[in-house]
Amino acid sequence: MCGIAGIIHKQAGKGANIGEQMTSMLQALKHRGPDSTGYAMYGEDNGNQIMRFKVAEAADLEGSYDIHAAIEERLALIDSRLAELGVKVVKKESPTEYAHRYEIDFSGDMKKVADFVEDIEGVEILSIGNSLELIKDLGDAAIVSGQYGLDGFNGTHGIGHTRMATESDVDIRSAHPYWAYPFSDVAVVHNGQLTNYWTNRRALERKGHRFSSNCDSELIAVYIADRMNQGDDLETAMKNSVEYLDGVFTYLVATKDELGMAKDVMAAKPMVVYEGDDMIALASEEVAIRKLFDHRIETFDPYHGEVRVWQH
Amino acid sequence: MATLKEDKSHEMGLHEEQLKGRTQQRFFSVDENENLTYFHSFDVDTSKSGTIDALEMTPREINGEIRALMEKGIGNITVDNPMSRHGVGVGILNRLNLTFSDSLGYFGCGLIDGPNVHIKGRVGWSCAENMMAGTVVIDGNAGSTFGAAIRGGDLVCKGSVGARTGIDQKGGTIIVGGKTGAFSGFMMQRGRMIICGDAGMNLGDSMYDGTIYVGGEVEELGVDCVPGEMTELDVRYLTSKLDLYGMKAPKGVEKMQKYVSGKQLWNYDNLEPSEKKLVL
Repeated sequence: MCGIAGIIHKQAGKGANIGEQMTSMLQALKHRGPDSTGYAMYGEDNGNQIMRFKVAEAADLEGSYDIHAAIEERLALIDSRLAELGVKVVKKESPTEYAHRYEIDFSGDMKKVADFVEDIEGVEILSIGNSLELIKDLGDAAIVSGQYGLDGFNGTHGIGHTRMATESDVDIRSAHPYWAYPFSDVAVVHNGQLTNYWTNRRALERKGHRFSSNCDSELIAVYIADRMNQGDDLETAMKNSVEYLDGVFTYLVATKDELGMAKDVMAAKPMVVYEGDDMIALASEEVAIRKLFDHRIETFDPYHGEVRVWQH
Repeated sequence: MATLKEDKSHEMGLHEEQLKGRTQQRFFSVDENENLTYFHSFDVDTSKSGTIDALEMTPREINGEIRALMEKGIGNITVDNPMSRHGVGVGILNRLNLTFSDSLGYFGCGLIDGPNVHIKGRVGWSCAENMMAGTVVIDGNAGSTFGAAIRGGDLVCKGSVGARTGIDQKGGTIIVGGKTGAFSGFMMQRGRMIICGDAGMNLGDSMYDGTIYVGGEVEELGVDCVPGEMTELDVRYLTSKLDLYGMKAPKGVEKMQKYVSGKQLWNYDNLEPSEKKLVL
């Protein structure tokens, strides 16, 4: 069934510890999906781009004798291709052997960079953005947060997902969130099943869009990217998506300064919203939001076909 | 037992099938006293009170503690800090005054038969599912499938509720102070639903009995749901029912619209009212 959660601080600036807040909410939703956990969080924009990527699946480390050497080769190839395109790598971090974080200085065609890097076997870019950092891995929120050191992540907003795999594999590729390639700072999480996934995927692929997984949820990210590429703002793209997508869904989208939610016309998937003066928190279950409060709060369920967007 | 009318449904063998099977008449005969009390129901004293601090408790522990207090004969129980946990306050089969000082999660107060419950907050999906008797009053909002398949009692939400309110309702009364979402009253079979505010699309879709009253706008009626004629009896009923819970219809009960089933089910509609109880 999967669990989704999001939080946006309207006035707290970059100082809110959204890493800790998202972890506490996602851990409370563990029973909705223990297979993998993912975060899309928005931190400080220092003028550089953050590129999160993986060079292998976590499971690859156990099943292949030469994977460690292959990872080294892939990283070297990434570095050489970035240099070839004039991308300056300011800072490198490696939370795991297979998942990496590069801070890069580049103002050119980011789609070209993404395509060139992803052309390397086994390499997938998880996100590129000025403030977006997309982290996803197998296990519950406590495991992923500990693995990637997320408890001290300060920022303005974020969305997250706990996954119960139903439509595709249990791996990082199929975990949420999905980055809306090639748009900087746009990410999606989804709870539900889309029944017109393959039809719409093929149509979008014919238009040149890339899909990195066989997970139906990725369709939402690609569709939002396609609509925004045609000039829609986030809210318009989301409103169009309610008609475009067939099936049952509640999904969250985050951009550099917005967080939006959309619900299908049958209102088949849950969402609970807390709307305060300083902060909006939303999750599949109120029990997750209550992890942020030690007192009674007023919450509500959005209605069928409803789209809401908040800004920080 | 009521004398059954000879008609086409008799010819089809429907009644014989019901009466020869394990019917309610057999289980709940007034001559068999042991069938009138449930296993795990308790004789409580409402002059005795107890409090549970649920802050660090699991749902199973909360429900166990409620049962332990009932076993001691305590008839007024307050649960503090339920923290929106799921499946709390369920399966209570005797009279009891139960108060939750905060919100509940999914499936709160389901499968109950008799207690008077007050929730000083919000409830998640499927509150009071399959409720048989008693009252559940929620001060805040409620999630979807509110009162799914309830068979009796009063289920009251003073705020707004989500989609599919009263889905498969088989009796009792659901009262909503605000608005309801899509497909409210879906496959409703008996009972009454009072919506003081607006109702979402497909209201009463596929209902085949029961009555829905709406005080605000209806986005769209579902298949088989048609407007009914408001009578003086309806007005008196609505007035007394809303007064009971300190609620008001924003435009007055006289302005409320009544909706009923417009569908004729061959087997069902040929039955006498007393016979319909055997079918459902």
